[in-house]
Amino acid sequence: MKLRVPSFSILNGKNWKFTPDTIFQIFLGVISIISVIVLAALLLRELIRGAWPALSAFGLGFLFSSAWNPVTGEFGALPFIYGTIVSSMLALLIGVPLSLGIAVYLTEIASSRVRAILSPVVELLAAIPSVIIGLWGIFVLAPFVREHLAPPLMNYLGFLPLFKGPAYGYSVLTAGLVLAIMIIPIISSVSREAILAVPSLQKEGSLALGATRFETIISVVLPYAKGAIFGAVMLGLGRAIGETMAVTMVIGNNPQIFTSLLHPGYTMAAVIANEFTEATDDVYLAALIEVGLVLFAISMVVNIIARAITWKYLKVQEGQS
Amino acid sequence: MNRVLLLPLLAALLFAGCTGDGGKADAGAEEITITGAGASFPYPLIAKWSYEYHKLKPNIKINYQSIGSGGGIKQTMAKTVDFGASDAPLKEEEYRKMEGILHIPETIGAVVVVYNLPGVENKLKLSGEVVADIFLGKITKWNDPRIAELNPDISLPDEQIIVVHRSDGSGTTFVFSDYLSAVSPEWREKVGKGKSLNWPLGLGGKGNEGVSGLVKQNPYSIGYVELAYAIENRISYAHIKNRAGKFVEPSIESVAAAAAGAVASLPKGDESWAEVSIVNAPGENAYPISSFTYLLVYRDLSVIPGMTEAKAKALVEFLWWVIHDGQKYAPELHYAPLPEEVVKLNEETIRLITYQDKSLL
Repeated sequence: MKLRVPSFSILNGKNWKFTPDTIFQIFLGVISIISVIVLAALLLRELIRGAWPALSAFGLGFLFSSAWNPVTGEFGALPFIYGTIVSSMLALLIGVPLSLGIAVYLTEIASSRVRAILSPVVELLAAIPSVIIGLWGIFVLAPFVREHLAPPLMNYLGFLPLFKGPAYGYSVLTAGLVLAIMIIPIISSVSREAILAVPSLQKEGSLALGATRFETIISVVLPYAKGAIFGAVMLGLGRAIGETMAVTMVIGNNPQIFTSLLHPGYTMAAVIANEFTEATDDVYLAALIEVGLVLFAISMVVNIIARAITWKYLKVQEGQS
Repeated sequence: MNRVLLLPLLAALLFAGCTGDGGKADAGAEEITITGAGASFPYPLIAKWSYEYHKLKPNIKINYQSIGSGGGIKQTMAKTVDFGASDAPLKEEEYRKMEGILHIPETIGAVVVVYNLPGVENKLKLSGEVVADIFLGKITKWNDPRIAELNPDISLPDEQIIVVHRSDGSGTTFVFSDYLSAVSPEWREKVGKGKSLNWPLGLGGKGNEGVSGLVKQNPYSIGYVELAYAIENRISYAHIKNRAGKFVEPSIESVAAAAAGAVASLPKGDESWAEVSIVNAPGENAYPISSFTYLLVYRDLSVIPGMTEAKAKALVEFLWWVIHDGQKYAPELHYAPLPEEVVKLNEETIRLITYQDKSLL
């Protein structure tokens, strides 16, 4: 039985035939490329046009200045860039090991019954609206951090500048924890798919050579899936960078750079959400839009890296199979 | 199956359409929708007005979007709404850009200093200078002699003061910083007044609920919220020393007293209000941290695209109702009604409004 599969003949240059199929493919390809380019160009144009007064007033200094004074009209995005990066990295630091643990446990260790119950539960986490997580952060997590998590950190690790008090509960650390919870479902479910895709021949080979289950997971399963796992991490990072509501509710919203994770901070998304509605000044508004432009650029870069890595991984897999 | 579902739906829609039309015909007048946009602070009151006014005149709908003062000013400038609303008066520059704009103060709001001192409820006394120095980070402990001096009958704890402020741009911050700038030269110089500030220290909470949440959760904290919010959520607030040297409890009466005290210095409705401020107003019983909030209307309504004479007339009548009968709804929502003198000033302003040079009242 011969199935006519519409192969991507144009892309790999083989079997070039001028059939209605190929015309249709070209047509669709051109349309999708144009629409993507037009959308991106429109967005960029709007952002740049909106940010122009700030771009021309502050230039590159905007990225390196930590002044944020709407009264005198001096603006710099450094505290927001810093807060975004630190809280996202913290989220990865906490979230990635947990997500990987969940993914490995669900695919390699858990019995099928446990898996059937646990994996939807983890994915359901992704369905919680971020404002609800933010409320939980205000009423549960922030008091917990203030009363139970921060005191031992300050006692035992207080000599590090990272854990200097006083702790109010609303801090970069709290934001990192909230973000970690929000990115775990994404990272763990994508990683789970990647681990499931590891051929059982590889695992069986490793076990047959005398490796324990732990050794197999560490030296065979994870290395095989590492490309896709990295892509998953980048997807999680993208979410963490752009997250607005939950973060602004727990981070304390203070546009200063503190080295201590127990002190409040501010993120790019949060400052836009907080200050946009009441920004009447032209330069002020433009500065907020420029923060948006920086955020847009950073998340674009993160997503492009994620795509590139996943692509590479897919190619490797295709080559192997 | 689909058709079975669709038929009753269609019937319902048709029916709804019919009754809607019927209602209009009964009122015997053209349906008019007036749109406004702006400050969120007076939103509960404006929503109440639009509800009550619609009951009074069923053919008129007031559609108010509380998108923030910034958005309100921008939309008014772009003439996409029939009226705007702002917590702060237009700046000199904005006023000049929007030719023929009128300020109509529609109600008065107050900001209270809230605190969380276990065991000390609603009786802390503070002066403007002390509040400014707390928010500047110059007074850091609750048992600072300057606080103790004002509160000889309270034993104040030896605890660090946790400062809480708004993180989102807001009229509440504008009024609060306007007051601090009026009483503390150092505040005026270092921080100034605005809807968003470069805060010297403290935690930022989003909205009144964010600030009050932070204050409630953190013992030994201090912050500021709208009067209505503090009353409804039973947060302890401080008595503030006014210009006459008396400690005044924030209330609708003391806020109205502040507005009455400031009346003599108010400009006409068509002049610039950029310098208007009723903080630190004179008067024995005036609560010092209060402010008007304004409706912004063009003097000649025909400049707004799509405006008709009927609609202009409806808008002017609504404004007239707001400053008279509408004021009685203010106290139940914890806004202070306008004093007689301000109502008179507004009457003059509303009489200025025209449609293609035709007077509307």
